Amino acid sequence: MDKHIRAPFIQEEIDTLKAGDYVYISGTIYTARDAAHKRMHEGLERGENLPFDIKNNVIYYMGPSPAREGRPIGSAGPTTASRMDKYAPKLMDMGLKGMIGKGKRSEEVKNSIIRNQGVYLAAVGGAGALLSKSIQSSEVIAYDDLGTEAIRRLEVKDFPAIVVIDKEGNNLYEMAAKEYRVI
Amino acid sequence: MRTIQVSEITENIKEMCIEANHFLTEDMDKALKSACDTEKSPLGKQVLAQLQENLTIAGEDMIPICQDTGMAVIFLEIGQEVHFEGGLLEDAIHEGVRQGYIEGFLRKSVVKDPLIRENTKDNTPAIIHYRMTAGDKVKITVAPKGFGSENMSRVFMLKPADGIEGVKSAILTAVEDAGPNACPPMVIGVGIGGTFEKCALMAKEALTRELGIHSTIPYVKEMEEELLSTINQTGIGPGGLGGTTTALAVNINTYPTHIAGLPVAVNICCHVNRHATREL
Repeated sequence: MDKHIRAPFIQEEIDTLKAGDYVYISGTIYTARDAAHKRMHEGLERGENLPFDIKNNVIYYMGPSPAREGRPIGSAGPTTASRMDKYAPKLMDMGLKGMIGKGKRSEEVKNSIIRNQGVYLAAVGGAGALLSKSIQSSEVIAYDDLGTEAIRRLEVKDFPAIVVIDKEGNNLYEMAAKEYRVI
Repeated sequence: MRTIQVSEITENIKEMCIEANHFLTEDMDKALKSACDTEKSPLGKQVLAQLQENLTIAGEDMIPICQDTGMAVIFLEIGQEVHFEGGLLEDAIHEGVRQGYIEGFLRKSVVKDPLIRENTKDNTPAIIHYRMTAGDKVKITVAPKGFGSENMSRVFMLKPADGIEGVKSAILTAVEDAGPNACPPMVIGVGIGGTFEKCALMAKEALTRELGIHSTIPYVKEMEEELLSTINQTGIGPGGLGGTTTALAVNINTYPTHIAGLPVAVNICCHVNRHATREL
C-alpha cells in the first residue's frame, strides 16, 4: 500500500505502517553513517548531548557524493544498515523513531524497534541519482571534518522508501523472499 | 619499442573514473532492461524500473549512479614492447584517480589506515593489478568497486574432496548470506583454483567480463548457467524485496591449483557493476 508520511515521524502515522508498505516521506531527516555513529556513541559515553534532538526523528544511513554547482546534493542512496546495528538500539531508546537504509538488521535492532514502536525502512540501494531528486536541501550540522560522513539535515519531499521492519517486528526481507523461493 | 608518456595514462584514468561512475556498459544496461520484463514480483518490477530511471538521471544530469563511487580498482595489461616516460607509472595512475574523483564530483571513500580511518580526501590510493602481455599496447580497465557488495564477498579454502558440489554450495552460501545487503540484482564473480590471493583476483576480474559471454571450458559454462538459475530461485529478488531476479550473471574464472587445495573466491557486485576499458 502507498502511504505519505511526515518527518519527524508522528506516532499515529507510524502505527499504520506494515512491512511491505511503500511510503513517501516529506519533511526533515538526518544523515549519519559509520563514523558519525561512532562519534555520537563516544560523545554519549562522555556524557555529552547528541548534535541534534533525536526525539521522533529519522536517521538516513547515507553519505552523499559531492553536489555539483546549483544542486542541493550529489548522489544520495542508502548504505548498508547493519554496520550501524551496534549503535541503533541505544539511539532508539533515546527517542529515535525511524531509520532508512538497506539490508538486514540484527535481532537487537528489531527488538528495539518493537520496544520503541519505531520503524526501519529501506530505500533502493544503488539508486542514488534518482533518490537525490527527492532531496530539496542539505546542510551539514555536525562533524564537518568527516566529509561525506558528516551529519546532515535534509529537507525531503516524497522520498520513496519501503517498510522493512514494522513496529510489530514483521520483516519484509524474510516474508518476501519466502514467497518467491522455489529451491 | 613504443614510448608512452605517463601523462596519457593519467588523463585516460581520470576520464574513465568519471565515465564508469555515470554510465554502465551496454551489456549491463541490456541485462537490467531485460530483467525488468521478466521479473515476476510487482515490487521487484517497481525496483527494477527505478533502477532504469536512476540510470537515465545519472547519465543526463551527471549524478553518479550510486553515491558509493567505490575504491578505484585498476587492471593494467602492459605490452612488453612498451616503454613509459615522464615519471613513475604508478604515480600517474594514482594521479588519474585523484583528478577523476575531484573533477568528477565523485565521493571520496578511502581511508588512509584501516584502523585509524582518516579519509585521504581524494580517493587515492587505487588498487592496481599489472599484467605483462605481448605487443606494444596498454589495456586499462577502471572498475570502481562499492563496498556494500564487497563486504559480502568471501574466500573459501575447500578440500579437493568437496568437489564441484562443494564449490556450488559455497557460491550459493555467499549469495544467500549477502541477500539484500549487496544491492541485488547482483553480478557474481568467481575464481576457482590457484592460491588464496589468485582466486580472489580471478573473482574480481570475472566481474569485468561481458555479461552473456561464458567460460570457454564446457563444464564451467554449465556451472555458470546452473548457478545463475539456482540463485534466481532463492527468492531474494531486486533490492532483496522478493522476486525472481537475484543475479544477472555468474562469471567464473579458473586456474591450476595445488594437489591439496580447492580455493574458491566469490566477489559479489551490486547491479551497479561498473567498469570502463580502453586500449592505448
